[in-house]
Amino acid sequence: MKRVFPILWALTALLLAYSTYQALVVAPTEQTMGDVQRIFYYHVPSAWTAFCLFFANLFASVAYLIWKNSKADALAVASAEVGVVFCTIVLITGPIWARPVWGIWWTWDIRLTTTLVLWLIYVSYLVLRRFSDTAQTPILAAVLAIFGALDVPLVYFSIWFFRTQHPQPVMGKGGSLAPPMLHAFLINLLAFSVFGVMVCWTRYRLEVLRREVEQAQAMDSLLGSETSEKVSLPLGRSAR
Amino acid sequence: MNAIEFLIAAYVATWLIHGVYLGTLAMRFSKLRQQLRELSKGK
Repeated sequence: MKRVFPILWALTALLLAYSTYQALVVAPTEQTMGDVQRIFYYHVPSAWTAFCLFFANLFASVAYLIWKNSKADALAVASAEVGVVFCTIVLITGPIWARPVWGIWWTWDIRLTTTLVLWLIYVSYLVLRRFSDTAQTPILAAVLAIFGALDVPLVYFSIWFFRTQHPQPVMGKGGSLAPPMLHAFLINLLAFSVFGVMVCWTRYRLEVLRREVEQAQAMDSLLGSETSEKVSLPLGRSAR
Repeated sequence: MNAIEFLIAAYVATWLIHGVYLGTLAMRFSKLRQQLRELSKGK
């Protein structure tokens, strides 16, 4: 697996380079918005990847609650952290697109607000994981992750159920894309999904390694204290 | 700012965030590997 990992990363980098070329060069310029519309090829795939990672976090958290599996917990931490990175990109590229198109950076629109709430929920999840180190922390975090995941469908369906300024979906119900744009969009969706999986996998490996180091340190300090106890025992007896 | 500048800003911001995040992951990996090496040396 150690040899396959760099090869997969190299293939992912190539796919990302190709998808960026499709988005910036091949895809035609949109008539109303102009070149700024090309932000869409990064914004939507980032949102899709973040949602998938938050769902991975949900399944891993439920798996941890049922089986108390340490690997499921490690996957939950990894997917939440990488999901927050992608969600941050959504929250940054969105306003950069909105400024020239809407004339404002931000509005308290239902889609934007629920996305910000989603980001805040998962940031609080990461803060909980970072600063609390009790036996109950993974359980509390898993429960928080279940509540956090409930916001994902709310973000996605908000533009269907509420009046909103946010553009309607470009695929399926409510929208359509010109074939060359759809091609560029689907390639970017694939590239970002693969990239998200690779980053999450890397973060998962890091989490597993961190736990191994923690265990090794605990064992080391335990053995160290046992040795010092053996050394200090005769001194203790003589003092008595 | 014109449309191209907004486009560049969005793409640069995206790769800057990913680059910084991947950089921190690489640093955390090397730190943990070093700790593991030190622990195995100690034994």
